[in-house]
Amino acid sequence: MVPIGHYLFLSLAMLAVGVVGIVTRRNVIIILMSVELILNAVNINLVAFSRLVGSVEGQVFAIFIITDAAAEAAVGLGIIIAFFRNRETVLADEMDILKW
Amino acid sequence: MLDLVIFYFFAILAVSSAILVVASRNAVHSAIFLVASLLSTAGIFLSLHAEFLFVVQVILYAGGIMVLFVFVIMLVNLDVALHQVQFNRHWLVASLLALVLGAEVAGALLVSRQGLITVVPAPAQMLEPNTERIASTLFRTYMLPFEVASILLLVAMIGAVVMSKKKV
Repeated sequence: MVPIGHYLFLSLAMLAVGVVGIVTRRNVIIILMSVELILNAVNINLVAFSRLVGSVEGQVFAIFIITDAAAEAAVGLGIIIAFFRNRETVLADEMDILKW
Repeated sequence: MLDLVIFYFFAILAVSSAILVVASRNAVHSAIFLVASLLSTAGIFLSLHAEFLFVVQVILYAGGIMVLFVFVIMLVNLDVALHQVQFNRHWLVASLLALVLGAEVAGALLVSRQGLITVVPAPAQMLEPNTERIASTLFRTYMLPFEVASILLLVAMIGAVVMSKKKV
């Protein structure tokens, strides 16, 4: 097995890229994609440690995280469609209806 | 040695396509690069003896969730979005902050390097047969979280339908 540190640094790199995507992009769909990247980084960590410890529970938790990612994508994209129908835009800084 | 070559192949592929997801202008290109990133992560899962998760990643993530994304990208107006500014005003500060966060975690990992190296990995046979073991863990120990996850999916489905309906 490749040493566990390699996997941790890979996961860290994907986390950093995802955070950069969330804080810099204006398009909400790409922000949601960056969230998917971060969840994927978590999965790498869980599976690597599951292999290191020799227990399958990390992989079970990775399955739960994939379920969460699916639910989050469905709800988030539903919100984006509803918002686009009202305001004709998908930019995050135009989403200020609740501000006053 | 071969392990390391395979790992670095998939890792470089995953990280570079993740960077392209964040950097590309067109949302469709982002979606395609995200598929590439998820598939190379699936390769890493396979090299970690997580065969069931590899299949789940390919079918569910790269197949199902990404189709959802591409559908929504096609539904919202692409041509308008292409001519708008894609990054917000404080992108430099924001990415610097993210890099500081990354450096911080990397420093913590480097400090604790000794403890990580000394752990001896368990033999790979402990994860075999992979699907059977996952099934028995999921349906014995984690039965309640499994049921809660099904309720979560039901709620998400109802929420998505209600929110994208024409008139609420």
